[in-house]
Amino acid sequence: MESAHPARGAFDRMTALFWRRPKLLTALLIAPPLLWLGVVYVGSLAALLLQSFYSIDEFSGIVVPEFTLKTYAELLIPSNYDVIVRTVTMAAAVTLASVAIAFPVAFFAARHAKGRWKAVFYLGVMLPLWSSYLVKVYAWKLILAKEGIITWAAEGIGAGNVLGAVLAIPVIGGNSLSTSYIGTFLVFVYVWLPYMILPMQASLERVPTSMLEASADLGARGWRTFRSVILPLALPGVIAGSIFTFSLTLGDYIIPQIIGSSRFFIGQAVYSLQGTAGNIPLAAAFAVVPIVIMLVYLAVARKMGAFDAL
Amino acid sequence: MTKLLISTTAMAMVAANVAAADMMTALGTPEGQVDIVAWPGYIERGETDPAFDWVTKFEAASGCKVNVKTANTSDEMVALMNEGGFDLVTASGDASLRLVAGGRVQPINIDLIPSWASVDDRLKDAPWHTVDGAHYGTPYMWGPNVLMYNTTVFPEPPTSWSVVFEEQALPDGQSNKGRVQAYDGPIHVADAAQYLMAHKPELGITSPYELNEDQYAAALNLLRGQRELVSRYWHDAFIQMDDFKNEGVVASGSWPFQVNLLAAEGQPIASTIPSEGATGWADTTMMHVNAAHPTCSYLWMEHTLSSNLQSDLSVWFGAVPSVPAACTDGRGMQNQEGCDANGLADFEKIHFWTTPVANCSQGEGACVPYYRWVSDYIGVIGGR
Repeated sequence: MESAHPARGAFDRMTALFWRRPKLLTALLIAPPLLWLGVVYVGSLAALLLQSFYSIDEFSGIVVPEFTLKTYAELLIPSNYDVIVRTVTMAAAVTLASVAIAFPVAFFAARHAKGRWKAVFYLGVMLPLWSSYLVKVYAWKLILAKEGIITWAAEGIGAGNVLGAVLAIPVIGGNSLSTSYIGTFLVFVYVWLPYMILPMQASLERVPTSMLEASADLGARGWRTFRSVILPLALPGVIAGSIFTFSLTLGDYIIPQIIGSSRFFIGQAVYSLQGTAGNIPLAAAFAVVPIVIMLVYLAVARKMGAFDAL
Repeated sequence: MTKLLISTTAMAMVAANVAAADMMTALGTPEGQVDIVAWPGYIERGETDPAFDWVTKFEAASGCKVNVKTANTSDEMVALMNEGGFDLVTASGDASLRLVAGGRVQPINIDLIPSWASVDDRLKDAPWHTVDGAHYGTPYMWGPNVLMYNTTVFPEPPTSWSVVFEEQALPDGQSNKGRVQAYDGPIHVADAAQYLMAHKPELGITSPYELNEDQYAAALNLLRGQRELVSRYWHDAFIQMDDFKNEGVVASGSWPFQVNLLAAEGQPIASTIPSEGATGWADTTMMHVNAAHPTCSYLWMEHTLSSNLQSDLSVWFGAVPSVPAACTDGRGMQNQEGCDANGLADFEKIHFWTTPVANCSQGEGACVPYYRWVSDYIGVIGGR
């Protein structure tokens, strides 16, 4: 006697199984990305964290795989602490300057530019992102050099003394723009600015015109509307942009090596402590610093309601 | 700790003995290829510049195809050799002993390399590739870290490294502040130590790579003074060249590579080795302990010593051949004058780069190890 149905193939049985247990299919589909995230991302971070709790033997320079906080204490010795303070100060300054420059640009693009101008704006902001980061940094080195175009132009218009006075400012000044913190700062702001403009513009575009009209109807002038309506509504974009500029500056190790006074930033410290130096624990502890700073930063941003609109 | 040290040393010795037992005694038939880890620009087959080719003839004669993997740092080289899959590496002095201690390279049977006799006698038993009488490789190239200077500012070559270490008026009457540079790597501490060898003999420094606490502290102090003079430390050869052209830098420790390139561009640049001597680098062709193509590897090592390689590479890289005859016998483009310009005549004044370790000739744990050079030099550059 023959069966009423033809024999089922493996594929049919699998389909049936998925139909009976839909969660199984979901689990199978989500497993690869979860593994990627869990093993490659979180796993390597965990390994990093683990290393930072080891220490290096003072005499032999061999890593001792025993848990201790000694390495973290080393972060507090003046020369290492300097590196952290220097990096965080630079990141904060770069972020504030980026906000100040990006806001008018983003505001104009979001609320006033129309049609072709909008396209021009997008192109203008994105264009620098398409060329290599290194090319831009090397170009800036030439622009800021002692015998570069800025010095030349300043002397040409008789502002050589002004440039000299700026460079004479202690700490942030230096022998030339390209060997001072001012130079490092300028290049950081230039390189990361698009990452501030784009999210800011997206959030400004979402501020409804009706709210601005309502504000005007209630008698608020421009500044009042800006402070009480536009800024709070655009804040998520500002915070999102600042996360980019802040964390990118915290981690960068190429710009301060090419432009500036050679004083180390966190990324450079990590780079030189691994390898021949073999001081992996201290390198790992240094690498944990930006992570902690960003976590604190995100917590504060959340408190301020930056993610409420998400 | 001592116990751990002893056991690691013992392990390294066991590894060395195992490798020694495997040393080749006769060449087989060439395996058809050889895989080499090398510095950029070290192995040229005429693709960058048709005039510089020391590979194609070897491939035709031996039947061994040469595959090159370039590495930019010593750490990268050690990592690649640890991974395996390569036959040879052009290791510098800060990598070679690590490779030997780690058991990643094997001793070389010099009887299988006919041109060994032509190697500079001063390099044959050099401590960066010779351990317990066994040769872990053949010398490749070496060179000094010279003092590069601007000939407009210095009509006569500076005679002392003091121009980059201590504030003074240069021959053009202006201070050297902001006009000199130094290398941003911690190995620069050795340059300071070498300067002190000549100027503060009471410190008793015998090798700039073996410093006890007092000697080390004195070197760091000298470097703190140097920080006041240096606007930016150099790291990348091309950025340094740019700084000499656009940043008003007139004197710095450097490599013949930059000097030759700048001079070729017509810049007023020359170099010298001052009276205190100089630090330098020396590279060795080392063979992986599990090299898959040993016969081709030996043939390549012989080729590095006997062909036009030593002579032409010396011109290409601004380095000095390990085979002195390559300077004079016309096998390539180099001549005696060129070799002397690259530093051949100054061999005795050069201390070659080695990684500082705690256990040195001054005793067990008597010297400051390299990892502290790294963290302290970060402090010095940061103004601490």
